[in-house]
Amino acid sequence: MASTTAGAGGRSGLGQKRGTWFEVRRSFWPYVFISPFFILFGIFGLFPYVYAFYLSFVEWSGIGGPGTETWVGLRNYQALLGDDLWWKSLYNSVWLFVVTNLNLVIALVLAYILNSGLIRFKEVYRAAFFAPIVASSVAVAVIFTTLFGERYGTINWVLSLVGLPGVDWLGSATWIKPAIATVVIWRYFGWNTVIYLAGLQSIPTDLYEAARVDGASWPQIFRHITLPLLRPVITFTVILSIIGALQLFEEPLMLAGGSQSTSPGGTDQAGLTTLVYLYNQAFSYLKFGYASAMSVALFVIIVLFSFVYYRTVGRERD
Amino acid sequence: MATVTSPGDTVSRIEPKTGGHVRTVDRLSSAIMYLLLTALALISVYPFWWMIVASTRRTATILTIPPPAVPGGAILQNYNELVSQIPYWRNMINSVLVAGVHTALVLFFCSLGGYAFAKFAFPGRDKLFALMLATMMIPGVLGIIPSFMLMRWLGWLNPDWRNYLPLIIPGVANAFGIFWMRQYIMSAIPDDLMDAARIDGAHEFGIYWRIILPVITPALAALAIFTFMGKWNDFFWPLVILKERSMYTLPVALASLQSLYANELGVQLLGATIAIAPVMIVFLMSARRFMAGLTAGAIKGA
Repeated sequence: MASTTAGAGGRSGLGQKRGTWFEVRRSFWPYVFISPFFILFGIFGLFPYVYAFYLSFVEWSGIGGPGTETWVGLRNYQALLGDDLWWKSLYNSVWLFVVTNLNLVIALVLAYILNSGLIRFKEVYRAAFFAPIVASSVAVAVIFTTLFGERYGTINWVLSLVGLPGVDWLGSATWIKPAIATVVIWRYFGWNTVIYLAGLQSIPTDLYEAARVDGASWPQIFRHITLPLLRPVITFTVILSIIGALQLFEEPLMLAGGSQSTSPGGTDQAGLTTLVYLYNQAFSYLKFGYASAMSVALFVIIVLFSFVYYRTVGRERD
Repeated sequence: MATVTSPGDTVSRIEPKTGGHVRTVDRLSSAIMYLLLTALALISVYPFWWMIVASTRRTATILTIPPPAVPGGAILQNYNELVSQIPYWRNMINSVLVAGVHTALVLFFCSLGGYAFAKFAFPGRDKLFALMLATMMIPGVLGIIPSFMLMRWLGWLNPDWRNYLPLIIPGVANAFGIFWMRQYIMSAIPDDLMDAARIDGAHEFGIYWRIILPVITPALAALAIFTFMGKWNDFFWPLVILKERSMYTLPVALASLQSLYANELGVQLLGATIAIAPVMIVFLMSARRFMAGLTAGAIKGA
């Protein structure tokens, strides 16, 4: 609870209504101090969010300014339901979301090892794992585009060293999604490791010791102490991962065709994510109404995913 | 590993070893752990080394088997080519300007709001705070198209100084920053500090500016790192907003290299090196503080 510096004067004796008004007038400055958030959110947050719903019911090239749109009712949503490319992009996005969650598993294992106290140079490892998140995702995509090269890329070269055949990572419909997922996992596992490590370090060591005294085994300790106490942190990272992975943009855009490409997504649109498709429809084809319907649909899907996760696994023990 | 120690004395961190085989297992498992950690650390760092190597070479000496492992001598040639077609330094100035001004404003507005939520009791405070936190849950994708329209109506897409505003203004008073500052101020600032100043007749804003602001610098530093890096690397929104090459920020300029220099990999990777370098240097100089700043929000927020 925050401390109450302003006091609760004027409440007793006076009527409740007058007391509140008195408080409000006394509280002029704190209202001023928090007002920038509410004003800016109203303009740059709330208005766009509400307007997006309206735009999803119109047809509009956006060229003529407000008032030149045509009301089409649910037609955008009907079109969306029948749009194979939309479903494909959604499938690609969900595929990438599921696979890139591997980074959370890697992070949990690494954090557990680093926290065990048996490892030297902990700081060096931590910093090395963390470095990828510092680089911009566009720069990372540029780097990986060369690493994924079919004939001369380092990745295929390493595969050949262990006797595996190289593949056309970026040019084939089969491998583009694994390539995108690799970049995303590479970029985020270190960040999540550092988050989990901080979470692990906040668990009091006497809890472990008590459990050990009681004869608990290593997996038992992990299952019954570490995981439950880490659950809020894990929930946080999973929700972030849902929001991030379902709105993946830079990596699929750059790896599958580049930012100037007129048909993004690569061969067979196997690397087309929903956000890339949305961007393409809105800003290349100027279908602002249709793209708004997509953004509403994607919004609902993200909220649904987060909600389902939160209600099933993420909730704190009662 | 079940270990029973005599009750009473401190349960030591030293695992009591019952036989030689346990030690061997330990040594083996620690070797595996080091192997895993080192391999992943190399995988994390190698792409950056590759970037530096390739940015100093021409395409012909990049595309070889095995791939080159050390830098070459063509960095100047790559550089001249890079700046011949794209105003890369102008793009960097744009990035510095946008990220710098945005960060400064974020620090001001968020610490001000956080201070009010932490240290004042006013009607509706807790409800307003909960409302503010709830806005964080809204996925950004929903607002993209209307925001773009709004910027056009405001004249902020014109390719002059106004074109910076869409990148600077939205989000200067953001929910995460205010939440973050509130948590810190609540735990770190005693009320006596402000009360003494009030008795002396100080103005409320003066109390914030002269008394609160100087003592919350650790939290400001963390928020600054978080905000600056996010802005520096931001791509989607600038891509939507910026149409003139001279107005591009670095990530947008870098993305355009892919088609401009499709066959000049060295030029592309030199562009990536320049875009990454400033933030990476700061990271290498103060990795510990950097990591704390970027992840503390996750821990506190959870």
